[in-house]
Amino acid sequence: MMEIMEGSHAVAEAVKRCRPGVVSAYPITPQTHIVERLADFVADGEMESDYLTVDSEFSALSACVGASAAGSRVYSSTSSQGLILMAEVCFNASGMRLPIVMSIANRALGAPLSIWNDQQDSIAMRDSGWFQLYAEDVQELVDYHFLSYRVAEDHNILLPGFVCFDGFILSHTYEPVDIPDQETVDAYLPAFDPYQKLDANDPISMGMYATPDYYMEFRYELDRAMERAAGAIEDAGRAFGEHFGREYGSLAEAYRMDDADTALVAMGSICGTVKDAVDEMRDAGRKVGLLKLRSFRPFPKAEVARALDGVAAVAVLDKNISPGMAMKGAVGLEVRDALWKTGIDVYSYVIGLGGRDVRRKDIAAVADLAESGRGDMFYGLREELI
Amino acid sequence: MGLNVGCAARPGRARDNKTGSWRVFRPTVDSETCKKCGLCVLICPEGCIREDDDGMPVVDFEYCKGCGLCAEECPAEAIAMEQEEK
Amino acid sequence: MVDKSLELFECGHRACGGCGPALAARLILKGAGADSIVVASTGCMEVFSTPYPETAWKVPWIHSLFENASAVASGIEAALKRQGRTEKVLCICGDGATFDIGMLCISGAFERGHDITYICYDNEAYMNTGVQRSGATPYDASTTTSPAGKASFGNKRPKKDMPQILAAHGAPYVATASVAYPNDLMQKVERAVETPGPCYLQIHAPCSTGWGFEGGKTMEIGKLAIQTGLWVNFEMVDGEVVKAKKVVRKPVNEYLMAQKRFRHLFKPARNEEEIAKIQAIADANAEKYGIDIELKK
Repeated sequence: MMEIMEGSHAVAEAVKRCRPGVVSAYPITPQTHIVERLADFVADGEMESDYLTVDSEFSALSACVGASAAGSRVYSSTSSQGLILMAEVCFNASGMRLPIVMSIANRALGAPLSIWNDQQDSIAMRDSGWFQLYAEDVQELVDYHFLSYRVAEDHNILLPGFVCFDGFILSHTYEPVDIPDQETVDAYLPAFDPYQKLDANDPISMGMYATPDYYMEFRYELDRAMERAAGAIEDAGRAFGEHFGREYGSLAEAYRMDDADTALVAMGSICGTVKDAVDEMRDAGRKVGLLKLRSFRPFPKAEVARALDGVAAVAVLDKNISPGMAMKGAVGLEVRDALWKTGIDVYSYVIGLGGRDVRRKDIAAVADLAESGRGDMFYGLREELI
Repeated sequence: MGLNVGCAARPGRARDNKTGSWRVFRPTVDSETCKKCGLCVLICPEGCIREDDDGMPVVDFEYCKGCGLCAEECPAEAIAMEQEEK
Repeated sequence: MVDKSLELFECGHRACGGCGPALAARLILKGAGADSIVVASTGCMEVFSTPYPETAWKVPWIHSLFENASAVASGIEAALKRQGRTEKVLCICGDGATFDIGMLCISGAFERGHDITYICYDNEAYMNTGVQRSGATPYDASTTTSPAGKASFGNKRPKKDMPQILAAHGAPYVATASVAYPNDLMQKVERAVETPGPCYLQIHAPCSTGWGFEGGKTMEIGKLAIQTGLWVNFEMVDGEVVKAKKVVRKPVNEYLMAQKRFRHLFKPARNEEEIAKIQAIADANAEKYGIDIELKK
């Protein structure tokens, strides 16, 4: 049933239907509406979870590690500084192969302090061993939670995952959204079946240390699991269509890419603006399309190469900056890698940092730059300030 | 032999590491003076001393590191530390 | 119930000979029993007992990070409760993980009131990284980051009072113990585990390598710490000290002289001024906890 709902509250409704045994979170703007609503559900007896009001994001994810290791489905959510405070635990959780799912309300990192949106926080966690899905709208945001638990808990995968969504732009926006009923969710996402757990009846040691004789192979196995996750996300996306009627069978989604000469590549809510801009440019006779990345980790290299085959220029919209990296944006670098040796020009445009608005005309201007062979640059700077 | 997921392991394999090779001094229990109080069994940091059916301490030399704590603490002074002959 | 015959910590671990923490691990598990889940911090004990795949632990055991054992334990306890399970959750962590880097998580876990037992095996420095000072290092102890030198007598600060800090969190049971008194230690573990709510136990675990004495002397050093009043074995219930081990006190130099970490107080010349300051710490402990046995003349 379609309802008009704030993005954060829709996430809370989705999480409730995932039935986590333990929720552990710490408040941070713009994630707070999610955890406040979950606390309401627990307080009203609508959700059979323990809600741990921990002392920090660091403890929030640490408690998730413990609860997951003890055999419960767990949930957390954070943003920005909170995610970076969790960084050590993030690497740890993936190394221990604990299927934790966490919502990331994407927000810029300080300094300077900014509560507004970009994707620097989750992209900074690129190498932490969590899969990362990026939602374009509130419906995808809701659906990716069910999908992420299914992928994470797959015994062939056993990886934690982020559901990333743009702070404020999605978290605080009201949109029509279908919140599936509990029975449908239960049918798609069965009760948690831990691969292994702390249990006095069958003791194991978890989180041991590895000498140089073993360490590399454990990291290799982690990378292999992430490679397998690509297929698992596709499978879970297709199964999603069978259960819910909305399909997510690919890690990258093409929009008006047929016969496109210029491709824009983006992740998250900006894709809505880009689609409008593409429509306008198509109306004006320009052969422009969008490739939306649903997954940044695993990076869908083959799908990107396939979707962009035959274009002349690619403009990647990067809501992040890797200072000192020649290409500037982290997503751009991966797209260029995917198109290596094809002769296709790939450019990165650092755009929309710290909540800077990105308009349709900005998208068109970026397409112009790519077509004229200029890129790997910030776009939209206030020239009078620099 | 594959790896266990997440660097986890079941108990049992610690015993693969025979720490007895570290030993320089060897505890020797004098059965005449031993009062069978069990203190050495309790306090061995390795847990490598057990009691036999008569209550006499028996040291597992596959693991005994020869630290001498049992000899130091024995109330009956029934344990002597003797240099290992290599 | 304490079961002395229970062996849940196996041979083959890589601790130094005469290791106080290794002895502590064995005794803790005899007091806690098999129905326990242990959460470890990064540190000596973690490293000497769990090189993959050779774990010495026969109870469920988990290590996540250096500083988060109490938060991990919080999650485990919540999950067990949710699943209707009854295992006891114990943290076993070193003093660096407890006094210093883990304070945030510990404070949070105790404030939230989880039913966990947090045990600090206190060897009074960062031994795993090579004997650096921690908040648990006693006054004047020479460590690799508080070395004695021409302008230094070693560690400049007294030991942080962790039991008081955790008692102030409302912990129902807080106690100190020593590997030198195994029966007392095991009983305190049992009591802590059986007491609902967050309990804290701090175990003096002499380290022959870090403190500078022969491994066979681990318990003797532990006893001297108590006999001099530099370590007090006590129990606190709901914030009140209800019991402390009484002794006929010996002068502190008997404890200090037995360890290389205090050698600079005696060589090249005996430093009466500094020894007097350490004696004053012992005297204050004795008064605070009332441990002196009055000898009849």
